[in-house]
Amino acid sequence: MTNDIAAILAVDGIATGAIYVLVAIGTVLIFSVTRVIYIPFGDIAAFTVLTLAAIQTGHVPGTFGLVLVLACLASLIEVASLWRARRAREIPRALGFYLVLPAIIVGCAWIALSFKLSMPLQALIALILMAPITPLLDRIVFRPIADASVLLLLIVSMALHFALIGLGLLFFGPEGVRTEPITSASFEVGPMQFSVQSLIIVAAALILSVALFLFFDLTLPGKSLRATAMNRTGARLMGIRPARAGTIAYIVGSLMAGVSGILIAPVNTIFYDSGFLLGLKAFIGAIIGGMASYPATALGAVLVGLLESFASFQSSALKDVIVFSLLIPILLWRSLSQVHSEEEVEE
Amino acid sequence: MRRRAVLTATLLALSFLTPARADVTIGFVTSLSGPGSAIGIGYAKGIAAAYEYKSQMAGQKVRLIQLDDGSDPSAATRNARKLIEEEKVDVLIGTATVPSTVAMISVATELKVPMICISPIPPKPTSASDQWAITVPQSADLLVKIVADRMKRDGVKKVGYIGFSDGWGDLVYAGAKAAEQRGDLQVVTNERYARTDTSVTGQVLRIVAARPDAVLDGGSATQGALPLLALSERGFKGAIYGTGALVNPEFVRVGGKAAEGIKLSVGPVVVSEQLPDDHFAKKLSLEFRAAYERANKGPVTDQFSGLSFDAWRILDNAVERAIKISRPGETGFRTALRDAILSTHEFPGVHAVYNFKPGENYGVDERSLVIVQLVNGAWKYVP
Repeated sequence: MTNDIAAILAVDGIATGAIYVLVAIGTVLIFSVTRVIYIPFGDIAAFTVLTLAAIQTGHVPGTFGLVLVLACLASLIEVASLWRARRAREIPRALGFYLVLPAIIVGCAWIALSFKLSMPLQALIALILMAPITPLLDRIVFRPIADASVLLLLIVSMALHFALIGLGLLFFGPEGVRTEPITSASFEVGPMQFSVQSLIIVAAALILSVALFLFFDLTLPGKSLRATAMNRTGARLMGIRPARAGTIAYIVGSLMAGVSGILIAPVNTIFYDSGFLLGLKAFIGAIIGGMASYPATALGAVLVGLLESFASFQSSALKDVIVFSLLIPILLWRSLSQVHSEEEVEE
Repeated sequence: MRRRAVLTATLLALSFLTPARADVTIGFVTSLSGPGSAIGIGYAKGIAAAYEYKSQMAGQKVRLIQLDDGSDPSAATRNARKLIEEEKVDVLIGTATVPSTVAMISVATELKVPMICISPIPPKPTSASDQWAITVPQSADLLVKIVADRMKRDGVKKVGYIGFSDGWGDLVYAGAKAAEQRGDLQVVTNERYARTDTSVTGQVLRIVAARPDAVLDGGSATQGALPLLALSERGFKGAIYGTGALVNPEFVRVGGKAAEGIKLSVGPVVVSEQLPDDHFAKKLSLEFRAAYERANKGPVTDQFSGLSFDAWRILDNAVERAIKISRPGETGFRTALRDAILSTHEFPGVHAVYNFKPGENYGVDERSLVIVQLVNGAWKYVP
């Protein structure tokens, strides 16, 4: 391997890693507020791409159906639980949030799609259309078991991933898609070629990981979100509403998944089931970061990207084996070097 | 049990009442949902075209029963059983995915019903003495052999290989290795990538470093374009070859300029209007296209529909001969039909000239494939 080749591989690895960074910090965001290891995160990214592709080719995106079905389910559950808790007065408000709001979003998107839109506007519509999905799933799946152990939440999240894959096939079909690039510009420095598309991905990853780090470590709302994850009861005593904190985290997470999806869609063909591997590799990055620190997560995800790039040069058939084998020593190291928090001892 | 007795009695009575009528019953299974539906729908449209083209076989009406297997082998097995035991089909045609097809063959063999497969299955039947299935498409070996022959003709000595890290990638690589054994060319790389990969830069750097005259693409459909994009980014100037698995409108759209000039082996139906007038598939495929447009209200965009059309024609040809021995609906007809299918001789379709014989699942030869080249975003026949 010459220096030139190593440099090209490094640039390629960082570009791939930046994609994982976006997904990984989204996973950490949701985990640090709700304690859910959100496996379907990659699926949300993939669904955003499929939505955008449907909009670009002039089809009706399956997202309309998906959002409406989930909205109906969530409002049913919400109304039933309010009724049983004898808080019938709050039903209209709940319906407004879980049924009317998603319906308005779908309606507005429907109207907007009848116009000819520019690419950024199309991406924006795809993002807004996808935004209700994670909060609705949260209401249907995770809210009833919010106080359960991390392990139970993980298992449920795994099950949710399989359910979503099935729904994805139903609403989006089996065809893979690839969207138009935001820009196809590129420039050369010595032997290396940089595409502007990859630079945008890297910049987005950098900005978002720094922004989240600042938000969670330095601001009061950020700290209150984290407090909910540490101790729900304690947070409630301090005047934080855990359910609302979760909803905020899911909406932000879903937007991040959407952004990462839109950024990678022109680089790779996305199928309804493409999200899993993406999420899994990002997850390794998140584990390297200890599922807590955003800068460390970003570094971990870039490391996965670099490793993948060099592995594909050395032995392309064994690439994934090499990347996933890395997980074992890292898990060992993390579990041996980290002091367990009190919360886990309590369980 | 009683219901079945009544049903049989009614059927018997009916058959006595109308002695001249004996409908040929065809059970057709394909994947209209699930991951296999991308090609399964094409098969269904092909059968619709075939029914439009000829809805009578040997003067008998054809009763076509279509079921969806959802790309699931166990559903395909259930469908095959249901079609044979409840609908008493004379013959099975199916299905879109290889595992489901293989599962259906075992039912067909157990219940002794002839089956025409439309997916690439293993080359030999499990038991040569008890063969009930044959298959229509070209084998992967043949697909690669035709491309390898063309590479040799084009003067390619060193070939770089990049393909999927799955069974398909292995099949294409094995085909390239077989050409190497014959001394036609030299395979200098064996690079693999997964369907979900975002980048193949590492693999492509290795290929470029090996300085091959040409690259063989062992991917399929849209994701087959990924190595071509990376190769053109690295300034690779050599020729590019591939197999018919790449033929797909999305491949052309995604590959764009990078895919321009790629040569691959496909069934002649893809370029039917460009074929010379004396080509066996010319007239037939134009008829097929017309029937397809009447039945499906749109032009042909895939090559899979042509396979189910050929399956229908092979069956039609066999029914003509089998009906002299036994009547449709009788057990003896199934055996006669099987024997007739297995003795298909020099019978042209839109994909190939078919010759089936006992002990072989495939009945196609080199005439079943032509080389096409992507020129200005359209497939061009290059004899």
